[in-house]
Amino acid sequence: MKKHLPAFVLALVLLLVWQGIAMLIDAAYILPSPTQICVRLWELREPLFLVHLPATMSVTAIGLLISVVLGVGLAIAMDANPKIERALYPVIVASQTIPTTAIAPLFILWFGYSIWSKVLVTILMTFFPIAITVFDGFKATKREMEELLRTYGATKRDIFWKLKLPTALPNFFSAIKMAIPLSVIGAAIAEWLGAQEGLGYFSKRMMTQLDGAGVFAPVVLLSIVAMLAVGIVTVIEYKCIQWRKEL
Amino acid sequence: MLEFRDVSFRYPEDAQSMMEHLNFQVEDGDFVSIIGASGCGKSTVFRLINGLEQMQGGQIFVDGKPIQTLQQYSAFMPQKDLLFPWRTIAQNICLPMELAHIPKAEQAKRCTEVLEQVGLSQYRDKYPKDLSGGMKQRVAFARTLLAGADLLLLDEPFSALDYLTRVDMQEWLLHQWEHYHKTILFITHDVEEAIFLSKRILVIQDRPFRDMEDVRVPLAYPRNREDLKRADIVELKENLIEKLRRSVNV
Repeated sequence: MKKHLPAFVLALVLLLVWQGIAMLIDAAYILPSPTQICVRLWELREPLFLVHLPATMSVTAIGLLISVVLGVGLAIAMDANPKIERALYPVIVASQTIPTTAIAPLFILWFGYSIWSKVLVTILMTFFPIAITVFDGFKATKREMEELLRTYGATKRDIFWKLKLPTALPNFFSAIKMAIPLSVIGAAIAEWLGAQEGLGYFSKRMMTQLDGAGVFAPVVLLSIVAMLAVGIVTVIEYKCIQWRKEL
Repeated sequence: MLEFRDVSFRYPEDAQSMMEHLNFQVEDGDFVSIIGASGCGKSTVFRLINGLEQMQGGQIFVDGKPIQTLQQYSAFMPQKDLLFPWRTIAQNICLPMELAHIPKAEQAKRCTEVLEQVGLSQYRDKYPKDLSGGMKQRVAFARTLLAGADLLLLDEPFSALDYLTRVDMQEWLLHQWEHYHKTILFITHDVEEAIFLSKRILVIQDRPFRDMEDVRVPLAYPRNREDLKRADIVELKENLIEKLRRSVNV
């Protein structure tokens, strides 16, 4: 708890400054105060928690799951064969130069307002850090450990399962922790651009009504959910790879 | 028996060969050390035996058969323990047996026996981080033993340890060698360590090297550290150090 104290203090100071400025401006449609946002969050709890949060979480979870499968799959393929690495790596990097907000409307044209247009935006934003970070994890395998296994007669498959996969686990968890906030952002952006439900959609609707606190309320909710998810992954990571520093 | 017959090798990035037409033999059950200056090619000898490097000429035989036709004919122990931190001590020791697809019950039996022999039974479910440097090397040695080969290649296994632990480990290793009757080829920088442990010492002096000077250690087993103070042993040590100095200055 003590190690998190500086972060708590800084967050508290920032909130107080924000509260002060908002009270000074005194125009909630431009800058609502943290207390106004909390009140609005409570007032809107039913549509937010029962309708829009589940919608956004579905997009996030499906998008993240597909990104993990795709990202890890690409990392394994690139690690297994240098030719595949040379072919795929530039394409993966190039995919990240596509401006998501520009291409998302195209996905809506293709898939309509179904969940898949939003899932696709989420995948586009998250598979890259997973693929690259896990691939780097495989590459970080110590050559001398690999050679030791080879002296024991290990096949490529043995080396992958017994050495490369465990070595890449810390990178995998880092990738997931990076991908969670990105997938939440991806889902929210997609909902902003075209949806009938979801926290991004709800935030945009509140904007049209000049409800500043109503715009912020779903955003705050998204942040809390993302932080909680990252926290859960951090706990699992701690339980699974206590040997991380020994590598 | 291990035999190098006319072995030549050069790393692709090097202009000069590491060894040319190298010949030497190690008899079954021997304890032979290889000494030489840094970068002289000691570890390359092991890499060739392990099949991690391909020789450009000649042949290496184990028990009269070319190594290309053999499997699990040697077991390697590197300078670092290279224990996998995500595996328990028992799981680390069982790794070579897992790779050889030995049944689990047999693995457990051999693991228990070897842990008892190396004095680490109570650590079987611990992780490498829970062990001292000397204990880790003992685990690494146990893992090497269970690779199932009669020829053990130990590459400076004690060089990273502090002096007192190293001395303890040398005595421990001799005890293990006498118990298991394995053939040990041992690389070291430390002339005193080579004399204390080995029946024979092979000295690398040139680059490229065509042969290694074969020095017999005039000490019987079991050995005692006091033996190292004998006049003939002190003289041998000085001679070997002088040879190494000359090879560095060449």
